[in-house]
Amino acid sequence: MSEISCHGSGETAITAEGNPFRNGLWKQNPVFVMVLGMCPTLAITNSVRNAVSMGLATTFVMVCSYGLISMIRTLIPKQVRIATYIAILATAVTVVDYLVKAISIPIYVALGAYIPLIVSNCLTLERAEAYAGKQPVIKSMLDGLGMGCGFTIALIMLGAVREVLGAGTFLGVHLFGSHFEPWVLFLLPPGGFISLAMWLLVFAAWKERSAKRAAAAQEEAAA
Amino acid sequence: MKESLTHIFLDAFLINNFVLCVFLGMCSFLGLSAKFATAWRMGVSVMFVITVSSALSYAINLLLVVLHAEYLRIIIYIVIIAATVQLTEMFIKKASPALFRELGVYLPLITTNCAVLAVPLFQTARNYNFVQSTVFSIAASGGYCAALVLLSLVRERVGLSDVPDLAKGTAMTLVLAAILSMAFMGFGGMGNGG
Repeated sequence: MSEISCHGSGETAITAEGNPFRNGLWKQNPVFVMVLGMCPTLAITNSVRNAVSMGLATTFVMVCSYGLISMIRTLIPKQVRIATYIAILATAVTVVDYLVKAISIPIYVALGAYIPLIVSNCLTLERAEAYAGKQPVIKSMLDGLGMGCGFTIALIMLGAVREVLGAGTFLGVHLFGSHFEPWVLFLLPPGGFISLAMWLLVFAAWKERSAKRAAAAQEEAAA
Repeated sequence: MKESLTHIFLDAFLINNFVLCVFLGMCSFLGLSAKFATAWRMGVSVMFVITVSSALSYAINLLLVVLHAEYLRIIIYIVIIAATVQLTEMFIKKASPALFRELGVYLPLITTNCAVLAVPLFQTARNYNFVQSTVFSIAASGGYCAALVLLSLVRERVGLSDVPDLAKGTAMTLVLAAILSMAFMGFGGMGNGG
């Protein structure tokens, strides 16, 4: 899509795509469908609490910075747009960095270097380039909110699998009593890869099943 | 705490491998590891960018501390990285136009590689001096390069074998990465004896 046409015809492009909020939430889920933002997805999901805080931090950054990017999108020269996006994102991330530190020190310690790394999370920059740089303010912020919530949901799904299997707890509450032998591998790095791979397989299987059903229904209709 | 250079090197290269144990640079790790030829080129250019930007960040951080402007760290570091990537691009274009054509698309992507931003952040957080920072940046980026090359070699072999349709693509790559990551966990005990 060319730069100029996007500014003018944003409205029509959007109705074709559907609601920007719902779009990010599930249909184009950043983790499971677009496979973006992998670093925090795999690193921070060893407990549900961490997953939620990371998801919220990323959502906050995306909503704030996309609003700003979209507001000044016509003023940014095309050649330096990526640098501008990164500068705006970095400002929002700095705010979040101090915010998390002020709210809860244990969470700040657990998330560690991954808060500043939201800047170079490929998800945040990709959406800025693909959406916020071309669409009106409200829609861009909705897109940021949708993508952020979709990201949070994906992180919670991964975090739940890893925490339940790896520690036998959910949000710190013990589930299985004292006989449960924790499957520690799931808290360690390989567990992150394995749980994400499993979720992707589950979704692939689900998609294949519904595709088969749709094909069968079509055949029936034809016959 | 004073850490020996060997320990820093082993820690960043093997024990806490940037890609397989700390999960940095995941996007390029999963995205660019399909072919050995692109994987090692990407690995080497990332190594170059990390080493240069780490040294520059070290110098600028000294200035930031003097000015009491530590809150600007994230923004300054990302600007340094973007500038280094731009420099690398110009350098390669002049030095070897053929290589530039091959790397073309991947070069700007290095800016958004979180492994590149993590190196200056970690060296600041751990209070490394200049020599330690340099060793750390070489080891960390070397670890990134090694992981990328290893995965690309495995993926080239897997490409020849019969993979179930369902698992093709990202899921398969993630399982391979998990196995590699488990192998790297074996290095966990290294360096503790000394």
